[in-house]
Amino acid sequence: MHTLTVSEMSAGLRARKFSSLELTLHLLGRIERLGPGLNAFVTVTADRALADARAADERNAKGDGGPLTGVPVAHKDIFCTDGILTTCASRMLSNFVAPYDATVVRKWREAGTVLLGKTNMDEFAMGSSNETSFYGPVRNPWDHARVPGGSSGGSAAAVAARLAPIASGTDTGGSIRQPAALTNLTGLKPTYGRVSRYGMVAFASSLDQAGVLARSAEDAALLLEAMAGFDPNDSTSVDTPVPRYTAELKQPLQGLRIGLIKEFFGEGLDPAVERCVRGAIALLQREGAVVKDVSLPSLPLSVPTYYVVAPAECSSNLSRFDGVRFGHRCEQPKDLLDLYRRSRGEGFGDEVKRRIMTGTYVLSAGYYDAYYLKAQKCRALIAGDFARAFGEVDVVLSPTSPTAAFKLGAKTSDPIAMYLNDIYSIAANLAGLPGISIPCGFINDAGTELPVGMQLVGPHFGESRLLSVSHQYQLRTEWHKRAPKGYA
Amino acid sequence: MNWETVIGLEIHAQLATRSKIFSGSPTAFGAEPNTQANLVDLGYPGVLPVLNAEAVRMAIRFGVATGAKVARRSVFARKNYFYPDLPKGYQISQYERPVVEDGSLDIVLDDGTRKTIGITRAHLEEDAGKSLHEDFHGLSGIDLNRAGTPLLEIVSEPELRSAREAVAYMKKIHTLVRYLDICDGNMQEGSFRCDANVSVRPVGQAEFGTRAEIKNLNSFRFVERAINYEIERQIELIEGGGTVVQETRLYDPDKGETRPMRSKEEANDYRYFPDPDLLPLAIEEATIDEVRRSMPELPDEKARRFVREHGLSDYDAGVLTASKELAQYYETVVAELGSQAKLAANWVMGDLAGALNRDNLDVTQSRVSAGSLAGLLTRIVDDTISGKIAKEVFEAMWSEGRDADAIIEAKGLKQITDTSAIERAIEDVMSRNPGQLAEYRSGKDKLFGFFVGQVMKATGGKANPGQLNELLKRKLSG
Amino acid sequence: MSLTRNQVEGIARLARLEITEAQMPVYVDSLSRIIDFVEQLAAADTADVEPMAHPLAQQVQRLRPDEVTETDRRDKYQHNAPSVAAGLYLVPKVIE
Repeated sequence: MHTLTVSEMSAGLRARKFSSLELTLHLLGRIERLGPGLNAFVTVTADRALADARAADERNAKGDGGPLTGVPVAHKDIFCTDGILTTCASRMLSNFVAPYDATVVRKWREAGTVLLGKTNMDEFAMGSSNETSFYGPVRNPWDHARVPGGSSGGSAAAVAARLAPIASGTDTGGSIRQPAALTNLTGLKPTYGRVSRYGMVAFASSLDQAGVLARSAEDAALLLEAMAGFDPNDSTSVDTPVPRYTAELKQPLQGLRIGLIKEFFGEGLDPAVERCVRGAIALLQREGAVVKDVSLPSLPLSVPTYYVVAPAECSSNLSRFDGVRFGHRCEQPKDLLDLYRRSRGEGFGDEVKRRIMTGTYVLSAGYYDAYYLKAQKCRALIAGDFARAFGEVDVVLSPTSPTAAFKLGAKTSDPIAMYLNDIYSIAANLAGLPGISIPCGFINDAGTELPVGMQLVGPHFGESRLLSVSHQYQLRTEWHKRAPKGYA
Repeated sequence: MNWETVIGLEIHAQLATRSKIFSGSPTAFGAEPNTQANLVDLGYPGVLPVLNAEAVRMAIRFGVATGAKVARRSVFARKNYFYPDLPKGYQISQYERPVVEDGSLDIVLDDGTRKTIGITRAHLEEDAGKSLHEDFHGLSGIDLNRAGTPLLEIVSEPELRSAREAVAYMKKIHTLVRYLDICDGNMQEGSFRCDANVSVRPVGQAEFGTRAEIKNLNSFRFVERAINYEIERQIELIEGGGTVVQETRLYDPDKGETRPMRSKEEANDYRYFPDPDLLPLAIEEATIDEVRRSMPELPDEKARRFVREHGLSDYDAGVLTASKELAQYYETVVAELGSQAKLAANWVMGDLAGALNRDNLDVTQSRVSAGSLAGLLTRIVDDTISGKIAKEVFEAMWSEGRDADAIIEAKGLKQITDTSAIERAIEDVMSRNPGQLAEYRSGKDKLFGFFVGQVMKATGGKANPGQLNELLKRKLSG
Repeated sequence: MSLTRNQVEGIARLARLEITEAQMPVYVDSLSRIIDFVEQLAAADTADVEPMAHPLAQQVQRLRPDEVTETDRRDKYQHNAPSVAAGLYLVPKVIE
């Protein structure tokens, strides 16, 4: 049962081939058996899952279930879940029981999904390897010695290992797309504002966006439909109708104009990764897509721009963690300053502290113009480059990540090397554009098979196109169907 | 050396919305601690602010009323600092692009001249909670009910030159926000308070001196005292060879002095930046026009009308329009009376104001309604009672709650207008005072008043004064 | 090093983060490297470029009607609080 995609599970449930309870029990069994080796979950909500499954079975029996009624899911532990621990993989929130559901959680619940648990992640979503979690690193199911990517690494590992058919993630600079690429999944980051941020613990508010890690574009379309839409609780969510993404998957490749981002096929890209991506491009061309090179000359600014904007916003967003109303509080504070400094010093891990300090610095008096304001201007240049490119092509294409999954610990001592993992993914966040990573081949690294992903980025609210291109590609390829050894 | 004082005020007016500026929590004063603080007000992880339309409309009203520019685009920013009553670790405010800019207001100085005070800007922001210091074994308790209450911060130009001017300006703003129905003006509850930036410089010097900011002044009296204390302190300091340091100070009303705020000792670096959770606030020209059309008559306009139509003096018109409720009371009296605006004004500013003041009441709580007062004044106009008797009737109305006619009737205060009755009283007084009569008739005119008093006394004050005068003159001259 | 130890201590104080003596050099080093890295933005030509605060430039703030939608849920919300008494959140003495 665990090898089924969401679409297949949905069909099976409706045809009464199995019940949601059977499906849920089966997956909970796998999580219990295989989960700890991967460290994919922070919290497994077995009781809640069983209750959800029974309720779903009743609805389905009465015939008033929807396509997702009874489908098990997992949420990244950054989404608030009413009555359930919501930790952001931080010591700061290791005792935090959210008193409300995030909009994404509520929407998936209302669609009838079954909550299996909360997945591990980089602390407060700050990381590209899932090594900054207070609960320890997540392992890549393709090779336990390697990282699954981050920050949605727990969601990626859980879905890749077939512990959950689909999981939510968040993407601030590549945190859905990069782990999807490193674990052979389809990872979609929607347009900024397409999905409500309400209840998603904020990292960088102008960049954060919720999305999905799935085993196919079709599944991603199905779950995006259930999570997208305007939310009166989020001023930045956009009030435009949500298309029927699943109905639009049939759009043909014929005539599709693809731009290859010149700046993302150069130095630093692993040639083996490039070969996989070039192979995919050739296939798309054979199927009628028109491919041309496009230059987006400001894109090399995206990583430094991001490492001003994101830390600035995070330094402010994380000020609420002060040991007063929730979260970690130090023992015996001797005065107010001590309460703040020790609660925060103890509650946050190194990378989070580093980013808070970077952000504090770039916003501080005398430095604001040189860093923050400058970065906002560079951000405008990057967005302008994309806008120009979308005058010529429908989507732009690049590798998702310069390399396949790397070894645990390989980059932890060098923050810049770690940040450069997201060199191809960050620009989409800065411009607020939708992006998707889909499996496009494997490389062999000293006898280990490792998946490679390619990224498509579209114009604002171009999710339909990204999903249909991915779906059409997946109809013609088998890469996305491959499972890691031991998890098939 | 002669010193000039430079003062700028930052007035915080709590906007009278039902719900908070960024959440649906109630804003009522006095609830149990933290029962009016929801997830947004508490700064819970994951929650987001959504702006209250009414708070924006109120800011526009203020802008239109002060002839300011209402920004078509303004931006919310985060002011970052740690304090227990600030749940998010930042206050959502407006920094570089406020909603209102470049307004002004006229104040009347002690010598009766008018002075225009510039309003640099007015911006929307959220209030903080409160720290309570009592009874927690050396700990402070935090109540976040007030957190997220909408504030309009109104920043004046540094154009005020004395504590009196500062108070006049603050009172004028207080009057205005209440006319506009955007703030209840309740200073005890902290709905209207200010920070004062005070500096001194030698007369004739162009540059400003170093200023001190006195925080959280919540009464007009404190504003005046705190500023005066601060002026003295700065002058003494400079004349004693010291220098003023730029700092934040707190006024202690018990000691009558200002002192530096400990919590602000560390130089603050607020790291303002645009709040990414909120988009630019757009205000359409049509919205501003609509607000302009619905604008009530403002205090200055109303005062001008009272001068023009009622023939009042500038001073009287100013006093009567100082609160919307007082002006309304006065206008009701005039309307009922049909004319005699000056009489109505004198009574409202005199006996009524005196009684309200004595009993510490607001005009809306007056024991004598505008209609009843008009009833009393009607009896003066139609000569039923004299002005003097009317004062007595008013006091009875105030304490007994009955209307004028009932009291006049019950107490038999009706004026004597019967000529023969007055003549009888005059003759009686003349016969009892032959000495004075002789003196008067030999040219001592001053004694006329003596006879008026005696006759009044004899008639229990009820003789019609006009008739009395006339008859007395005739009788005395023989 | 683009940042001095003194500067990093100042930043940590402003951000209310206790950094241990042992960790301080690590932060001085890594923060310096990050600042050096983002320094490359200085070379970008941004003359006449409007700063971009938000990814969807045309969007403006939506307003909420002035309605009370919340009821008292203090007990539930204070469930996560480390120290409360009489409905108040307790902290070491606040000195104004």
